[in-house]
Amino acid sequence: MDVDTLVASLQAAVPEAQIEQAPSIDLQTTVYVPRDAVPALARALRDRPEFAFTLLAELTAVDYWPKEPRYEVVYVVVSIAHRLRLRVKVRLPADDPHVATVCDVWPAANWLEREVWDLFGIAFDGHPDPRRLLMPEDWQGYPLRKDYPVQIRMTPNASEALQVTEDEFRSNLMKDRLTRGR
Amino acid sequence: MPDIKTEVMTVNMGPQHPSTHGVLRLVLELDGETVLSAAPTIGFLHTGIEKTTEQKKWQQVIPLVERMDYLSAQSNSMAFCLSVERLLGVEVPQRVRDIRVLIAELQRINSHLVWLGTHGMEVGAVSVMLYCFRERELLLNINELLAGFRLFPSYMRVGGLREDLPRGFHAAVVAFLDRFGPKLDEYEDLLTKNEIYLKRTQDVGVISKEAAVAYGLVGPIARAAGVDYDVRRYFPYLGYETYDFAVPTQTKGDVYSRYLVRVAEMRESMKICRQALARITPTGIFAIDDPRITPPPKDRVYTEMEALIQHFLIYSQGFTVPAGEAYVPVEGPRGEQGFYVVSDGTNRPWRVKSRPPSLLACQALEQMIVGGLIADVIAVIGSIDVVMGDVDR
Repeated sequence: MDVDTLVASLQAAVPEAQIEQAPSIDLQTTVYVPRDAVPALARALRDRPEFAFTLLAELTAVDYWPKEPRYEVVYVVVSIAHRLRLRVKVRLPADDPHVATVCDVWPAANWLEREVWDLFGIAFDGHPDPRRLLMPEDWQGYPLRKDYPVQIRMTPNASEALQVTEDEFRSNLMKDRLTRGR
Repeated sequence: MPDIKTEVMTVNMGPQHPSTHGVLRLVLELDGETVLSAAPTIGFLHTGIEKTTEQKKWQQVIPLVERMDYLSAQSNSMAFCLSVERLLGVEVPQRVRDIRVLIAELQRINSHLVWLGTHGMEVGAVSVMLYCFRERELLLNINELLAGFRLFPSYMRVGGLREDLPRGFHAAVVAFLDRFGPKLDEYEDLLTKNEIYLKRTQDVGVISKEAAVAYGLVGPIARAAGVDYDVRRYFPYLGYETYDFAVPTQTKGDVYSRYLVRVAEMRESMKICRQALARITPTGIFAIDDPRITPPPKDRVYTEMEALIQHFLIYSQGFTVPAGEAYVPVEGPRGEQGFYVVSDGTNRPWRVKSRPPSLLACQALEQMIVGGLIADVIAVIGSIDVVMGDVDR
């Protein structure tokens, strides 16, 4: 499938959304989609036999501060069956950065979306486990944002171990498991 | 017989645990010896390399990315250089491509040797560890010969290599390859049909083909489950389509299959190394001739004014990269890796994002160990070959 056919069939798969092709200098055909179209497009990409993008290779974000729209969420998907690579990008505004999760389509997205939330503060609606991934849980701010300082001094505010009783520990564990959708 | 009161036990494995290959913490819930749930916690090694790269010039990023996945340093820097070269729109000479292939394959053998050694040790075959590290020493010696640094040689440069191959490089590689083939047979004698090893690894940590793809697993883990996805085959780079090699796959997706795949991969890598070595002349061109990107040779710096200015500019201001984005996937030892690089047209990257195969393997760990025995947890963690430096970055 060449680039134009691919973009045309993507547009046919989600007729309600405007798919905009962007220039690409690498293997990945690049398209911009509006954020409302992400769930429908993700399902179509994985389930339609002419795409079969079963492998989510990469999910990340870029902060273009101070430009507007400020963020771009980038998905790189691979179709092993058809030897295709596609980069889907979603533009997000600075004041309201959120997009629907794709965890239910590609389970691999779970930690990748948590990492983006952790480092960029972009929320993923409907994520089963929306916690920080790499930074400490009580960290303030989102380090990979461009307006976040490179060198800051923070007193560690988690120096004392949390004291919990055994019952509290167990109930927390159960809560944890319930929120993770088991 | 009276009923025995049982209860679910929560065990905190790690972060300081010798077998978790770094600082990985697992909260396990156990019913007797059966694992009911597993919650991996990561982030203990997070050093913010991606944030640091945004403050550095393009060529200063190379040592940083080598330290992400510290067992495949040269694959990392090669992937980064390929992405930046794509942004610059330059193509490195054929000899450089062949040398990069050779180095990447040696790096794969190096990484797999560390994996085989530590994994063997964890399931009780300590002698394998000693042998593997003995052979790895030869590879580190080759690195030292090449660049003066054993673990993180920083030999790759945007636009080529740092310098030409040293004298005696071919002989060192040939000596290693001649020695390593029979040694690999010896390791296989120790493990492949070893009854204890088979019992520890067969039907342990199974992941299906569909689940492997859904969880974004690539490389040897996915190939052990029957997914024949290999970037070298599917999206060739550096002329891999001209090399004769097989992509070994298995179908069962258990720890033993991963072992078989990785051992077979080492043999294929040796094949590629020999082919690449035959193409590489001992001396020759080692970088593109582009005064914007590559520094002039040292003898010209000492004798010519223009060369001195060019040298000064490259080392003080760096080079600028046209605005845009690029992601060139390569097949690292742990599967598809690559760097999503965004430039805003200046001499510093706007964003560098590594695709971490270890992070996704770590995420899928839960799928492989829940329902198994606690003793198998260690075997499974070893088999997915996570490098925590790559998980946390």
